[in-house]
Formats: sequence, structure tokens, C-alpha cells
Amino acid sequence: MSSSMIIGQYVPGDSVVHRLDPRSKIAIIFFFVLIVFFANSVMSYGLLALFGIGAAASSKVPLRYIMKGLTPVWFLILFTFILHLFVTKEGDLLFNLWGFKVYEEGVVQGAAISLRFFLLILVTSLLTLTTTPIEITDAIEELLGPLKKVRFPVHELALMMSISLRFIPTLMQETEKISKAQASRGVDFRTGSFKDRIKAVVPLLVPLFVSAFKRAEELAMAMEARGYRGGEGRTKLRELKIGKLDYVMYGLFVVVVIGLFLTRN
Amino acid sequence: MDITFDQVSYVYQPGSPFEHRALQDISFSIQSGSFVAIIGHTGSGKSTLLQHLNGLVQPTEGRVNIGPYALVSGEKNKHLRELREKVGVVFQYPEHQLFEETVAKDIAFGPENFGVEQKEIEDRIQQAAKATKLSEDLLERSPFDLSGGQMRRVAISGVLAMNPEVLVLDEPTAGLDPSGQREIMDMFHELHKSKELTTILVTHSMEDALKYADHIVILNHGEVYREGTPLEIFKQREALENVQLDVPEVIDFLAKVEEKMNIRLPYEGQSIAELAKELARMVRGGRDHE
Repeated sequence: MSSSMIIGQYVPGDSVVHRLDPRSKIAIIFFFVLIVFFANSVMSYGLLALFGIGAAASSKVPLRYIMKGLTPVWFLILFTFILHLFVTKEGDLLFNLWGFKVYEEGVVQGAAISLRFFLLILVTSLLTLTTTPIEITDAIEELLGPLKKVRFPVHELALMMSISLRFIPTLMQETEKISKAQASRGVDFRTGSFKDRIKAVVPLLVPLFVSAFKRAEELAMAMEARGYRGGEGRTKLRELKIGKLDYVMYGLFVVVVIGLFLTRN
Repeated sequence: MDITFDQVSYVYQPGSPFEHRALQDISFSIQSGSFVAIIGHTGSGKSTLLQHLNGLVQPTEGRVNIGPYALVSGEKNKHLRELREKVGVVFQYPEHQLFEETVAKDIAFGPENFGVEQKEIEDRIQQAAKATKLSEDLLERSPFDLSGGQMRRVAISGVLAMNPEVLVLDEPTAGLDPSGQREIMDMFHELHKSKELTTILVTHSMEDALKYADHIVILNHGEVYREGTPLEIFKQREALENVQLDVPEVIDFLAKVEEKMNIRLPYEGQSIAELAKELARMVRGGRDHE
């Protein structure tokens, strides 16, 4: 089941990208997402693509696997490209397809926007592919730390995030188990009219909700039994550390940013 | 229905970094009307094997025959619905699949899906509830108000109400108290005989395998490790220990009696207490002759 869905699925490894501090990864990706919108020349796009694809390659996550995860997005990218082809009416007329006039600027813009899109998704999915959910929430908690001063419940938010991330695989397994049990009692999830299929979901959803609530209650009880009372004064088993590798990456990223502004038109 | 596995392999998520081979070249057959126990350690492929029996998964390689139905790797089976009506599966913790407003409706869910007539369904609800010893006043209650043991009985009734010819049981007594475990297993054994079912039991309990099964298949790392009658299997203590399985208490007891006292008692399904009495009688009888 769901073998084509890789969002949030961690691929274990020991590559450079895996070893980066998750805070560095989030920060670099955050700024990368911002600067992607500044690129406006072939050279500047090339530079960003080189960075993105280089990062993906050095993560050692199988290429086939990354591409498979992007399948749902390919359609969106293609759609954007085609939309630009037909809507943009600037530059020289390239050809006329049964009344649809395709202009040079349309092709250029379509390609640029699609590339932007591709890079954004590639880099962000690289984060979840090379970082465990726990690392991500730890990093977010640290990065949002300053907001504690304005009484923002940072720890609670991070806890909620890590609990929900933790239970995604559990719920997926549960869904699979229950849907198999109901399938063997004659429920057909795949064929039939739309109404039939909606009806087929009830025997799946009810048990799923029941077990999710039960789990939540048990978890709350277990946490209370072990004396959990929020983030105040809590220490961490795994401390995040910024190392040499992180500084090297910052340096590299600054070079890319400078390069980008030099190659812009 | 006769069931055969012919060189079946199954791979989870092929082609991804999470690829996992759960079954490897499995071949064995189950005769119609027999009671087969499948035992093996956690992760030995028992659950995957069992899902083949209901067409819930398709073999990656090889072929499974279940009576007139065949599951062949790479081929779509168009009779899955009929197959699922004939093969009833009681999954682990089956009470997790309950969802209807009343117990009776939940039991009726399977037969309704297979298009059984309303009048017939009423009969089947009564029969199934009787078989699992569910009292009639529970039928109109919500299944979520019942105790764990009662919920288990409701879920099992739901499978029995489909009137399957093959009954597949995946650790049906896990998490029940000892007397509940015995009751449920005895009930399955009774149904097996009275309805001439073909029963496949996946279990961790060597005692159950010895007591109920007439054929045992041991799985280890997705392969058939040993196969035979319970007595043949449990004679091979070392082979069992190699895959972290125990010999049932009774068999262990008999082996020790033979080793220490040089008395050979045949095993005929006795309990330890019965064997002890038998032994006492023999020892006393021996003294009388002196």
C-alpha cells in the first residue's frame, strides 16, 4: 500500500546531507525557497539547479525513489508549463497551433516557472527523506525558541507535531489492517458507484476513529503516569550540535547566493 | 477445499529501499477437511501467508490454488468475491473491525455484502451467536459497550455467519484469559468437525498446535522449515530449538519419563494430570506384581 507516497518517509543513511544538523537543513532550505524567486537568467537558474540536484545526489537516496515520490507533482509542473505556453502573449510568435498562438516568452517563462517548482519540491522533500521526524520537530522547537518570550507554547506545539508524526505510520498500518479485515468480509473498496464507495468507507473509518481515540487516551495516561508536565526544565536525550560540516555548508550556500546575485540580469 | 502453495514468494514494496522478502519459495498442500497449524516466530511470514488464502495479496512469484480458485503471480483473479465468501478469516484482534450500531447488524455485515437473503441472514445471526455462546439479549446492544471477550465473540460470529468452507484463524485467542482461550479453541474445533471445515490456525501456542491440529507447518524466515504431523514435529526437539520454538509440556513430560524411568507411554491427547494418573497406576501395578 501507499508505496508511491514518500512525503514524510525517512530513508536511513549516513550521507553528508543526513549528517547535517536539522536546524541547518531547515534554515538553508528556507532561504533556498526564498532565493529561488530571485533567479531570472539562464545562469542563475543553472546555479540553483546545480545546488539542488547536487544536494539530492550527495544524499545518496536512490534517484528512482526521489522521482517516484515526485510523480503526483509532475502533473502540476506540466500543467503550469502548458498554461504559460498559452496565456503569455509576449515576445516573438513561435508557431500557431490551430489558433493557439505560442510566443517565445511563453516557452521561456513556462520553463522557468516549472524549474522553480521542481527545485522547490525536490529540496523540501529532500529534508523529510534525510531527516527523521523527531529531528525535524526538535529543530523546529529550537528555531522557534525565541517565541517563548511572548508566551507562545513552543514546546507544546513541538510535542503535538512529534506525536502526530509518530502516529502516521501506526494509523496507516491500522488502516491497512482494518481494510483487509473488511475486504475479507466482502467490502469492495475499488469498484462500484461513487455512492457505494463512500458507503464502503464507513466500516473503515469507524474502527479507525475508535482506535485512534483509544490510543490517544492510553498515551495521555502513560505520559501522566511517568510524571510528564510540559517543557519547563526538561532536558534532551539527543542534543543538537552545529559542527564543522554545518559551517562548510553555510559557506557553500553563501557562495551560491552571491553567485546568484552576480548572474542575475 | 484442497489448498496448495506452489513455489510462492512474496515481496513487500519491491524496488524501494524498503523492499522486504516475506515469503521465499513456499510449497506445501492442505487437504480438504484437515486442521492445519502454522507456527513460527514473529516475522516468519505467517501473516503474509495467510493473506494469500483470501486473495488479499497476490503472490509475487508462484501460484496458490484454493479449491477451484487460483491466485497466480501477475494475473488478475476475477472471482475474488466468491473466494472471500468461501474462505472466512478471523484476523488478530478481530474486535478492532467492529463498527455497526448493534451486535446483530455487525454479524450480518458479511452475509449482506455477499448478497445473502434477509431471512437467511436472521437465521445465520442466531446460529453464529449460539456457536460463540453470545447471549441473545446482547444482539441489540452496541458492540462498543461489551467487554473485550464479548467483542471478540461478536467479531468471530461475524466471520462464521458467512458460512465459510475454509476457516483461517490468526491467533484467535491472543489477549484472552486462559478459560476464554480454551472455550474459543474448543468451539473452533467443534465447528471444524461438525461442519467439515478446512481449518488453518496460525498460533504461537505449541499446546494448541498439538491438541487440535492434524498437520503442522513451521515457517522460518519466510521458508517452510518443517512439516508433518504434530507427533513427528514435536519429536525433533533440537530442530525446534534452533528456531526458538518449544516442545509442548506434555511431550516434554513424556520424553523425560522415558529417559529417567525407561517407561514409554503413547501420546493419545492426554493432559498432564491424566498422564500422571496413568503413570501412577503403572508404577503401583508393577509393585503389585513383585
